[in-house]
Amino acid sequence: MAGDRLLQTMSILVLTLSLVALTALLYDIWSDGWSRLDWAFLTSMPSRRASSAGIYPAILGSLYVLLVTATFALPLGIGAAVYLEEYGGGGRIARLIEINIANLAGVPSIIYGLLGLGIFVRAFGWGPSILSGGATLGLLALPVVILSTREALRTVPMSAREGSYALGATKWQTIWHQVLPSALPGILTGLILAMSRAIGETAPLITIGALAYIDFTPSGVMSPFTVLPIQVYNWVSKPQVAFAENAAAGIIVLLVLLLSMNAVAIVLRDRFHKARV
Amino acid sequence: MRIRLLPVARLFSIIALPALVAASCGGGTEPAASSTPAAVIAIDGSSTVFPISEAVAEDFGKTAGSAPVTVGFSGTGGGFKKFCRGEIAVSDASRPISTSELDACAQASIAFVELPIAYDGLAVVVNPKNTWAASMTVAELKKLWSPDAQGKITKWSQVRAGWPDKTINLYGAGTDSGTFDYFTEAIVGKAKQSRGDYTSSENDNILVQGVSGDEYALGYMGLAYYEENQGKLKLVGIDDENPANGAGAIQPSFDVVRNGTYRPLSRPLFIYVSTNALARPEVQKFAEFYLANTGTLSKEVGYVSLTDAELAMVKARLAARTPGTMFADHAAQSTKSLTELLQGRQ
Repeated sequence: MAGDRLLQTMSILVLTLSLVALTALLYDIWSDGWSRLDWAFLTSMPSRRASSAGIYPAILGSLYVLLVTATFALPLGIGAAVYLEEYGGGGRIARLIEINIANLAGVPSIIYGLLGLGIFVRAFGWGPSILSGGATLGLLALPVVILSTREALRTVPMSAREGSYALGATKWQTIWHQVLPSALPGILTGLILAMSRAIGETAPLITIGALAYIDFTPSGVMSPFTVLPIQVYNWVSKPQVAFAENAAAGIIVLLVLLLSMNAVAIVLRDRFHKARV
Repeated sequence: MRIRLLPVARLFSIIALPALVAASCGGGTEPAASSTPAAVIAIDGSSTVFPISEAVAEDFGKTAGSAPVTVGFSGTGGGFKKFCRGEIAVSDASRPISTSELDACAQASIAFVELPIAYDGLAVVVNPKNTWAASMTVAELKKLWSPDAQGKITKWSQVRAGWPDKTINLYGAGTDSGTFDYFTEAIVGKAKQSRGDYTSSENDNILVQGVSGDEYALGYMGLAYYEENQGKLKLVGIDDENPANGAGAIQPSFDVVRNGTYRPLSRPLFIYVSTNALARPEVQKFAEFYLANTGTLSKEVGYVSLTDAELAMVKARLAARTPGTMFADHAAQSTKSLTELLQGRQ
């Protein structure tokens, strides 16, 4: 089968290329930033002096914002997906909602920033706070959560639902006790993807008024804040070479945060998966 | 259908309610009018001024009895938008406030004190191997950078007869940057009007790398960036063909930026402090601290400091809470030096 072999060769080639590019990027960041990475860097406030600058407020800001993002996107996204998949049932309105959600997933993130600025920052009067930032990123993450949750719900076999009904369970009992637990691994995967996108976002947060310099840690959800990508962006745009090292170290921290978040989600997913089987 | 919806509603209430409660509780502690906590001094605006404000904020944070300061860089225009809505106490600006921004502030009854804090200079740079372009006139630069030049002026020999018949590779600021606005306004004559066929970047390091690796390159950037990369680039003298502010080509340096002869590529930078915010003692203290330290700090982050005489006049402006802008008359802006403008208002 010449076609098979061709496809296989091309697939391997493409995979190798992307891996090489990724490795090169990681190596470059690592060699620039590794020497700069120490405890003081993680626990210091930003500074105009590259050697004493740290990313403590940015780490805390990113964590706070992600927490708010998950609090918004998770219940709303799963709820919307359950409705569309289990209750909505193909009506005209449901189809309209479906098309809109699919479109929303492709909207540029800056648009969400403008929406967040108009609604959360100004109309709701939340100001340029962690709450506004988290809610804005929550909107951004919502379509991804909904789409992946729906995919996960679809993989639950009809026979599981019918068996539950046959035993006298109500629709809600069936969803809560059978469908959602079976779909949980898939839902978590979607959540990982959505949160990974949210943690790297800069544009919508700058739009709503996240800050570039902040010399105190967030005191609550109404506090002004900065996040890791904005701190990195700030450092990258400075002319001094020492700040480029800071930026590389900041990127490593962002990567570690992202990977550990994903690791937790994967562990959770496997645990649920095993519990079901 | 109504009955079947109930469980979903319950799911929402179970999971989303804590979030909403947390949100409303957090909101309840804030005064309704202000969007940031009262103690925070919020600054936003020009990314050019940002390094100075950042440095001042950092040192202010170390003084006794200071208030927390936040600094953003959403651009001079973005900063004034927030400033004229009363969302921030201080607006960083790389140009004087515009007429439409004045109107917006007036409508919202936001009065302000305009404080020049440093000078910025732009540098036109070429590769160190470039032996021919020691100086250029503003007219030549305009010919090279105007939108009409796109695709037509592509060789050094087209800029001035006798220069090499080689393709000229252009590097310039990204269209979102204050440097781009400033360069196009000063050279082409209208802000944001530029040819598009050049390598543009918000990151001046990329421009430095581009010009330093290409014998036939020409680029422009902040003088601060040149100072950081002196060995890799060569400065081009600028001749505005107006003997009133220095005859012939002026070689860029901090001195000529300050004495006003390096026209049109040098400009004053400002902070605008809201008069309402100045009623807060911590903002008053911060503004005084800013003026007391901008001389050393602006130099440290790569700008040109005001002269002592100018700084004294600016301090007097703050003490007197002199309202309004010195730049209402745009004709005066182009002919008068900052010292003359400051004296005019004293």
